[in-house]
Amino acid sequence: METHGFAFLAPWLVFAPVVGLLINIIFGGWFMKQPWGERAIGAIAATASGAAFVVSALLAYTVFAGHGELARWTLGQWIYIGDLKLDWTFRLDSLSTTMMLVVSGVGTLIHIYAIGYMHEDVRFKNDIPRYQRFFVFLNLFIAAMMILVSGDSYMMLFVGWEGVGLCSFLLIGFWYDMDTLGRSSWANSNAAKKAFIANRVGDFGFLIAGFLMFWRLGSFQFDQVFAAAPTLAASDHTTIILITLFMLIGVAGKSAQIPLYVWLPDAMAGPTPVSALIHAATMVTAGVYLVTRSAPLYTLVPEAQYIVAMTGAVTALFAATIAVGQYDIKKVLAYSTISQLGFMVAAVGMGAYVAGMFHLITHAFFKALLFLSAGSIILGLERGHHHLAHGHGHGDHHEEVFDPGDMRNMGGLRKTMPVTFWLYMIGTLALAGIVPFAGFWSKDEILLDANLHYTGVYWILTIAAFLTAFYMGRQIWMVFFGEARHEAAAHAEESPAVMTVPLMVLAVLSVLGGALNLPFEGFHNLTHWLGHTLGEVEVMPLNWVVAGASTALALTAIFLSWWIYGRNPLKAGQPDPLKKPLGLAFTGMENKWFVDEGYWFVIVDRYVDISRFLADKVDWEFWHDWFHEKVIAGTYNWLSNIALNEVADQKGIDAFANFLGKATQWLSGTTRKFQNGFVRSYALSVFLGVVIILGYLLLK
Amino acid sequence: MSIDLILFLILAVVAVATALGMLLSKNAVYSALFLVLNFAAIAVFYLLLGAPFIAISQVTVYAGAIMVLFLFVIMLLGAETLAPSKVLRGQGWAAFGLAVVLVAETVYLLVSRHAAVGVIARPDAFLNTMDSLREIGKALFIQYLLPFEVTSILLLVAMVGAIVLTRREKGG
Amino acid sequence: MVDISYYILLSAVLFTIGAVGVLVRRNPLIIFMSVELMLNAANLAFVSFASMHGSLDGQIFVFFVMTVAAAEVAVGLALIVQIFKSRHSINVDEMNSLKG
Repeated sequence: METHGFAFLAPWLVFAPVVGLLINIIFGGWFMKQPWGERAIGAIAATASGAAFVVSALLAYTVFAGHGELARWTLGQWIYIGDLKLDWTFRLDSLSTTMMLVVSGVGTLIHIYAIGYMHEDVRFKNDIPRYQRFFVFLNLFIAAMMILVSGDSYMMLFVGWEGVGLCSFLLIGFWYDMDTLGRSSWANSNAAKKAFIANRVGDFGFLIAGFLMFWRLGSFQFDQVFAAAPTLAASDHTTIILITLFMLIGVAGKSAQIPLYVWLPDAMAGPTPVSALIHAATMVTAGVYLVTRSAPLYTLVPEAQYIVAMTGAVTALFAATIAVGQYDIKKVLAYSTISQLGFMVAAVGMGAYVAGMFHLITHAFFKALLFLSAGSIILGLERGHHHLAHGHGHGDHHEEVFDPGDMRNMGGLRKTMPVTFWLYMIGTLALAGIVPFAGFWSKDEILLDANLHYTGVYWILTIAAFLTAFYMGRQIWMVFFGEARHEAAAHAEESPAVMTVPLMVLAVLSVLGGALNLPFEGFHNLTHWLGHTLGEVEVMPLNWVVAGASTALALTAIFLSWWIYGRNPLKAGQPDPLKKPLGLAFTGMENKWFVDEGYWFVIVDRYVDISRFLADKVDWEFWHDWFHEKVIAGTYNWLSNIALNEVADQKGIDAFANFLGKATQWLSGTTRKFQNGFVRSYALSVFLGVVIILGYLLLK
Repeated sequence: MSIDLILFLILAVVAVATALGMLLSKNAVYSALFLVLNFAAIAVFYLLLGAPFIAISQVTVYAGAIMVLFLFVIMLLGAETLAPSKVLRGQGWAAFGLAVVLVAETVYLLVSRHAAVGVIARPDAFLNTMDSLREIGKALFIQYLLPFEVTSILLLVAMVGAIVLTRREKGG
Repeated sequence: MVDISYYILLSAVLFTIGAVGVLVRRNPLIIFMSVELMLNAANLAFVSFASMHGSLDGQIFVFFVMTVAAAEVAVGLALIVQIFKSRHSINVDEMNSLKG
């Protein structure tokens, strides 16, 4: 096989984090006993992730130096069954290397942040040894995600897909024996199970798509599938639509789209670095990546593309409305993530793959920034709370259940946590889409595309963008301005440098990230770069109307949020000022439009009913009580009483058993005489054997 | 009847007689001496069969070294005779019976499969020269070098074992 | 000219006498001597066949058997001495403590 530049390093995308996690598994226990152990574990994990980033950069350079030409590196044979010949091959093109850079880059920053975050988190939760496990899982996630983005076939992508799902499950349930407030409960592990099951539904769709693909297109390998697809589309349009739509179910599961998004808000039960890495920046974008990767399939079926775009757009709006009514700082960001993923899915659905990928990248920067800053805020409040509880010696502070993530407990943090405030501010402006932050450029590109091709999608997304700016404004005013609504907020403390420095890097990226693909002549870098993989993509000129409208809307939304939340800051215990004017609608937003309850009613309760019916009626009453007890056991008892008891059992079977026992006794009593301990008589037996065998051989 | 056969029969009678003598002597010293005679008879057989090296080894190793060791131990332990024993009375008759059957089987084998056997020629003069010894040496040190070395290790182990087993315990 | 079957018969007779000796004698030293007799019977057969085939291999085997016999005698006699030391008797019929 010919080699391209650094392509031979491709396996180290996966090996590097695996080596890191193995070191931490094997030596972690010993490390934890050392005073420097936590830092060593964190440093090893971060180095492993950083090594993956370096490899990604070298691979991206390789692709770049090859003018975007696709490179492959085969590690070995994987599945060879009949006609199916699948190698474990790493695919290096502009799309996969871009994803690698985002995953490992953001991942490494979050690893560094997590060194500081988990150091305090394990202490607040009183389980220091779990520190080691966190970094093992985090490295495992990087490895799985690298398999996902670097695979050369749908099967390999699926391996990574399931791998990241597993890591997501493990990390959501990281504090499996408590709830988000540290009380003993199974709430977190239930959240993990919910995520896993919702993803299972999505994976079912993905699998069906894979089966259909192999059945009708005869391969899992990307290029072979794409080469065979146009022929099939001409003769059997429906199959391609089915493949793409089943794939959409997978996308909805992994990228938290309607109707499977419900797991993502609950996934905030994981530690904040996990929320940032897995549930905002990387794993949830896997669905977007999948659609982008399958672009040749989706391009063949405009109907499916429309459904994907509408799914994304509706999700974007729907989640944005819920975000307006949330009080938990991470829940707001979670719904915001769902909403932004909706933007991306809508973009790739419309065929604006570059716009979708662009938003994926910038979103990874500013949403990771926002989540990590939120983690910093939460820890700041925890510190303040701890400080109070210990400082004043009030016993009742321990009794009181304090939620450090509730925005109603915050307020005025601008003064106590200035660094975090400014970082959060940058993230907010990027997310709200204010010029010139990264989010503006990427979101504008999506809107631009929607405006050109799908007017309905454009309007939905515009409203969603308006709401985005609004709920982010609401959050800023509630968290950082006004007066502290809880003593803990008044005594909040700023986070250490190990946490804030990665945030600063992300902040810089959030500000400058837009430069990847500016809508001016000569600056369409990302468009050209991804064009190597996606084919020639339409270059969007800046549309001043669209850009101006979205900026104006964002500014209006922020102003509106100031009018409602900033002008008269919320007092402790005061209900949300939106509650009165919006009435029932706000109750809906507050309660997530009762979707969870609806699912519970429609699916879980019915499932329980059916299970109960099967257990009580079918299994117990029919099968056990009637069939087993009455029919089988009754007949058996009747038979045994009548026929077997007297004659067959006592005279026949008993006598036979007794005879066996007696015979065994007699036999052993006789044969034990041969075991007399005299070596000579044993030798005689041997001699006898010799004579007999020789005689047998002679007479045979 | 050739001279070879006469010689064979005389020696065979000597060998069987001395073997029976060993078997039936009450005194272990007599048994050992009978066995020495038996070994000497077999050594002569070896010469008749054209194996002078083995014959000499037989006399030196068996009749010389091993049997002297036996006599030494018998006299050391004073174990010339044993008191009569009451156990395993029927064992002797059973053993004799089986022995007769075994010999009968052998005879039957030789008679019934007579076609397969060959004859032993009188050894020629070559066997009594140095060259035959050289042949054995070559076979031993070229073809059978590894087994030969292994036997040396075996002898070493036996030596160590014998020393360990008979060593007087410290203070015991 | 002697037929090989004479040698084989002689070998068998000597072997059987040795086997009977092992079975009927109670003195472990004589049992040991009987074992040596059995080995010699086998050696005799070896050399006879070697002579018949005009090959040296049988003689080499006899050589090895002698070596092993020497080793065996050394260890065996040491064992007998040790047994005598501990039990003041070497009658094998008094040693049945292996009985299960």
